[in-house]
Amino acid sequence: MSHSEQIVPAGRILRYAFHERAWHWVVALSYIYLLLTGLAFWSPWLFWIAILLGGAPVSRMLHPWFGIVFAVGVLQMYRMWSSQMHFDDADRAWMKSMGHYIRNEDEQMPPAGRYNAGQKMLFWGFQICMVLMIVTGVIVWFPELMPRNLMLILRLSIFVHASAALLTIALFLIHVYMTVFAERGAFGSVIRGDVSLKFAQRFHPGWYQEITGRPSSPRK
Amino acid sequence: MSQATLRVQRISGHAGSVPGEDTQREYKVAKLIDVTTCIGCKACEVACVEWNDMPFDETTFDNTYQTMPDTRWNYWNLIRFDEHQREDGTLMWLMRKDQCMHCAEPGCLEACPSDGAIVQYANGVVDFQQDKCIGCGYCISGCPFNIPKFNKETKRVYKCTLCTDRISQNLEPACIKSCPTGCLHFGSKDDMLQLANARAKQLKEHYDFPNAGVYDPPGVGGTGVIYVLHDVTNTEAYGGLPQNPHVPWTVKLWKGPLKWLGNAAMIGGLLGLFAHYLRFGPKEREDEDLQPRQGAPS
Repeated sequence: MSHSEQIVPAGRILRYAFHERAWHWVVALSYIYLLLTGLAFWSPWLFWIAILLGGAPVSRMLHPWFGIVFAVGVLQMYRMWSSQMHFDDADRAWMKSMGHYIRNEDEQMPPAGRYNAGQKMLFWGFQICMVLMIVTGVIVWFPELMPRNLMLILRLSIFVHASAALLTIALFLIHVYMTVFAERGAFGSVIRGDVSLKFAQRFHPGWYQEITGRPSSPRK
Repeated sequence: MSQATLRVQRISGHAGSVPGEDTQREYKVAKLIDVTTCIGCKACEVACVEWNDMPFDETTFDNTYQTMPDTRWNYWNLIRFDEHQREDGTLMWLMRKDQCMHCAEPGCLEACPSDGAIVQYANGVVDFQQDKCIGCGYCISGCPFNIPKFNKETKRVYKCTLCTDRISQNLEPACIKSCPTGCLHFGSKDDMLQLANARAKQLKEHYDFPNAGVYDPPGVGGTGVIYVLHDVTNTEAYGGLPQNPHVPWTVKLWKGPLKWLGNAAMIGGLLGLFAHYLRFGPKEREDEDLQPRQGAPS
């Protein structure tokens, strides 16, 4: 990753270059639209969301197009980040210590690289669910084209589409909670692009070492 | 209109109560189609198109007595034709009038996410309200009889209304009105079942149809259209009439366990994250990075 295009203040490291941030928000904003309209079709109790967003027929018409934007964005994320998302031994160790992470006992966590195992799971979860949802979504987009003897495909697609969407909602809730509420500084990194050295050292010591060439402070 | 809403006993994609549930003493209505006396004249097809003022489009000729391969958004009523060979080698022409079956447990209504786009009246008629339809086509997936048909221009789905406009004025449906042989009947479901059973008994006892019977499939709670068939053990021979139709299991699974699991997970997840924040709070705070406390325990 090249950092030369952006100068960050002293004491800070560039974590996400402009194109990474831009693609993140393409995905995030399209996802939020898909989530809201999808929830409207999921439950009668949330149908009012579709009315709020311009009427249910409009929501039904635009939902698939936003789905394409979302899929393109997630695919772009694959191109940008998949090489950094391989699970290694450090990630397996991290997974074993997840209880500490949840209890904010970060000093007891094995060191993570640029991405910790949780973030990698988020990445792959969204990749898999995106593929499931775009494949089933295109089928559900044109229900009238499904021949009668293949109707099971349409029926399964509707079911899988909803199930995969539910999985992404779980991932999405945790993702937003972690970045906005739990890890202060993470949200800024996807807006401005940079994080403090302390943030890098604390949450991504492997990455910190790689970027600065300095070993991070010994962990207790 | 208030009377019309009073007659609604079930509403698709609807949160809360239903205005007409158990408020009237309406009886269930039904069409009876005696397949054994249908001559395939297509009068009912024409009457349906005429009464409902639908644009007519081309028919297809495929060397049978069937007008077109399938019902269309503007062709709700189709006599399906099949040449059936009996065990003794003789041929039978099977003519089955195919249209919406007006299920007591409609799969279309169950699958529909749009509030009020599909309603079931207290008399059992299942009716599409196109002004509330969003064009998702989920009803197509929910129907075990392949009835709802999509119009690409209007992006809405259409089907037989059981001539709700006529029967609310005490007229019989247009198809029934036009039938020249008397193979079509309309009345209360109880009356129609009685008539159908009498006819089936007649076919068994006085004609050579030991398997004659009435088609009123229990898998969808019974239907508002019932058939008398020469052979109820082989319904598929009648233009693919399903032997044992059900609301598709995918719809049941989706509207049942998946819905409850999903809702519980979403609400539980939100509450869980909130509880986590109350219990553990954020990880170390950014303001400490900006102004590091000297000698503070890290």
